[in-house]
Amino acid sequence: MGKLFAVTVAIIAILSAVPIVMNYWGPPVDISTHGAAIDEQMHQTMWEAGIAFLAAQLVLALFVWQFAGRGKNDKLKSFPGGAKYLVIAAFLFVGTEILALGIIGQKAWASVYFAPLEKDSLTIQTQAGQFAFYFRYPGADGKFGTLHPDKINEGNQNFFGLDPEHDVDSRDDIIAGELAVPVNRQINLMMHSKDVGHSFYVRELRIQQDFVPGLDLGVHFTATKTGQYEIVCTQLCGLGHYNMKAYLSVLSQEDFDKWLKDKAAQ
Amino acid sequence: MSEAAAQHGPPQSFIWKYVFSLDHKIIGLQYYALALVAVFIGMFLSWLMRFHLVWPNAAIPGLQLLSKNGAPDGLITPEYYLSLLTMHGTLMVFFVLTNAPFAAFGNYFLPIQIGAEDMAFPRFNMMSFWTTFVAFVVLLAAFVVPDGPPISGWTAYAPLSAIGKDAGPGLGMGQNLWGISIAIFCIASLLGSLNFIATTLDLRAKGMTLMRMPISTWAWFITSCIALLAFAVLLPACLLLILDRVAGTSFFIPAGLVVSDRLQPHSGGSPLLWQHLFWFFGHPEVYIAILPAMGIVSHILINSMRKPLLSHKVVIGSMMAIGFLSYMVWGHHMFLSGMNPFSALVFSFPTLMITIPATILALIWLGSLYGSRLQITAASLFALGFISMFVSGGVSGFFLAQPAIDIYLHATYFVVGHFHLVMGVAAIFGIFAGTYFWMPKMTGRMMNETLGKIHFWLTFVGTYCIFMPFHYLGLAGNVRRYSSFVDDFMAPLMPVHKFITIAALCTGAAQLIFLYNLVHSRFWGPVAPENPWNATSLEWTIPSPPPWNNFGGIHPVVYHDPYQYSVEGAKEDFIMQNSPEQVETPIPS
Repeated sequence: MGKLFAVTVAIIAILSAVPIVMNYWGPPVDISTHGAAIDEQMHQTMWEAGIAFLAAQLVLALFVWQFAGRGKNDKLKSFPGGAKYLVIAAFLFVGTEILALGIIGQKAWASVYFAPLEKDSLTIQTQAGQFAFYFRYPGADGKFGTLHPDKINEGNQNFFGLDPEHDVDSRDDIIAGELAVPVNRQINLMMHSKDVGHSFYVRELRIQQDFVPGLDLGVHFTATKTGQYEIVCTQLCGLGHYNMKAYLSVLSQEDFDKWLKDKAAQ
Repeated sequence: MSEAAAQHGPPQSFIWKYVFSLDHKIIGLQYYALALVAVFIGMFLSWLMRFHLVWPNAAIPGLQLLSKNGAPDGLITPEYYLSLLTMHGTLMVFFVLTNAPFAAFGNYFLPIQIGAEDMAFPRFNMMSFWTTFVAFVVLLAAFVVPDGPPISGWTAYAPLSAIGKDAGPGLGMGQNLWGISIAIFCIASLLGSLNFIATTLDLRAKGMTLMRMPISTWAWFITSCIALLAFAVLLPACLLLILDRVAGTSFFIPAGLVVSDRLQPHSGGSPLLWQHLFWFFGHPEVYIAILPAMGIVSHILINSMRKPLLSHKVVIGSMMAIGFLSYMVWGHHMFLSGMNPFSALVFSFPTLMITIPATILALIWLGSLYGSRLQITAASLFALGFISMFVSGGVSGFFLAQPAIDIYLHATYFVVGHFHLVMGVAAIFGIFAGTYFWMPKMTGRMMNETLGKIHFWLTFVGTYCIFMPFHYLGLAGNVRRYSSFVDDFMAPLMPVHKFITIAALCTGAAQLIFLYNLVHSRFWGPVAPENPWNATSLEWTIPSPPPWNNFGGIHPVVYHDPYQYSVEGAKEDFIMQNSPEQVETPIPS
């Protein structure tokens, strides 16, 4: 039965690795300037974790194969070097891995969270609420109108709670249900939650960030490929959570200008 | 030594013997029974969820009886899916993974393994169990209130969990019951862990030095230290949550929230505060589930290998290191939560560091197998399976510990696969190993080995079939906690989901073999001898099942380290801890 265990573990370990090696369900092609660093980090980790996984499972299989069912007359042996070398090996190999991945990986993190705001970046506000995303562009004046939660009214499409009567800045604000962005231009996405926690996740963009009620956050990214991508909510927000989505349209600058003009005219 | 015995005599009637028992062994069995009920309910809920995910339009006959609103005509609504998800997580984490490996086995065997007659505070012990039982009933009551169970997940993130009815179904009375249940559970766990600590430190038999305690006892001891600090934080967090909900306070709710078209009358709170408090408990909780399993598995493996682990001290030290580090890593659940991005770097490092003691443990288990006389039993198979699962679940943690990678994988099925393997399945394997190993002592009857092995094979292969593909789904970006997959990119992943659901139904069904074996052996199994596994620790020196005062009024004296197997010059291939037999070269540990 020990041999059966060994074979089963070995088969499971190898079969588990197949979809990863063949990349059946890997992440989609990255469309951001920072994504390459994240992908590289993931790739490195996959190698190291993959080798550790296979090695440990195969050694487990090997030892169980070899030593299961041995009787009283078989001589007991001790692992060469004993615990000392294993402890040293763990510190050495895992320690090196931690330093390599941990420290180099901070760069990838920094490329998302510590990227300075560029001069020509475009600020867009997104508001998440049960169960939709809305996006707001500042309009010709470049200024966002102030939010008044008490004025939020879905019935008359005042999703953000603007007060155009008294607030000049808000009069030309452009509201959309999709996120259109120009390609190759840094976006400063200001995230605001209307009600509970939500999250903004675009796989291709390698961006995921929670909306925190009461705390407006900014996240920066630059999309490098035109096309349409799905934005989904990844923070449990209530019964319609699974259906909370929007589209990200990455457009050429001309198409974006036209889109913005059309929206402003609506 | 006699303090515990002085506190209670032999039980006089049925109620005092089996219901409000002061006997740690009965209390251990009560915890086990409670966990068993909870695990089958929890598993049933996961069946419903898996079924709904892949056959959303197929009615489940009779489900409307469980919830008229949640499953009209047997079809699960999106909100009821989230209710099931919340209850599954809560039942499994609190009432199974905390109760079974720690409270159940710990209660039964910690006092015996150190040579005590009972826990330090038997009345507290009884109170811990019955408080847990009340928590369990309060939680299940959420199923029968009109609004149904809460839909905010087992993590109950505020403000969704804090606002009340406006935020959605189940967030009224259901969420109140959840908060009250968990608060009560915290009190029970605090009492329990205090008791464990006091017992370990004060009631050890003569000669039972700390380093002579079996690894399982060490694991329960370290776990109780972790639990004492963790539940002490979750308790006030739950109280604050309840206050926000019923007393109009705003600990977790900021100003200006508009929910269900209503401006909420709160201001000044912070949703991140809940997350910090919850995960300050939540991450150590992972180790509360897994450390006892590590101890149990080590204890069983040594017995099956007929030789001690490569180093007793290194194993204990590694478990302590894991326990210590578990308090510095809670922020890795919050990399994307909006906390200062610098703190992600701070939390990432100790998280990665935990890999070192975890790797040491895995290497020690593997290295100890080398050159052993490994006996394959149902218990040892589950112990070996534990190692395999622990490694599989551990390596995926290496991805999630890195904030940059977490940006992509956070809130995907990758995370679900990770924690199910490492804290769910691995801990459950520890519970199964413990059950097959100790049930003869606990009930006086041997379990059926053949059925045990069949149960192992189906469970081992089955759980890999369920949880490995979760990682692939996560790599494809499949978001967790969705009641159906309406997004374009998730639709092509449906075949993987179908595979998982079928595997889950089969693996779940295989657990009935275990249940049958457990119940049948309890009443009709062969009578268990005192020491069926030729083991060395004190629980095997007394009758199966042990008398009410464990050692029959005799105070055991301990002469040996816990794992004297295959000692040269000894009469047998093992020397019991209380055996006065002297040998020339005892195995150093």
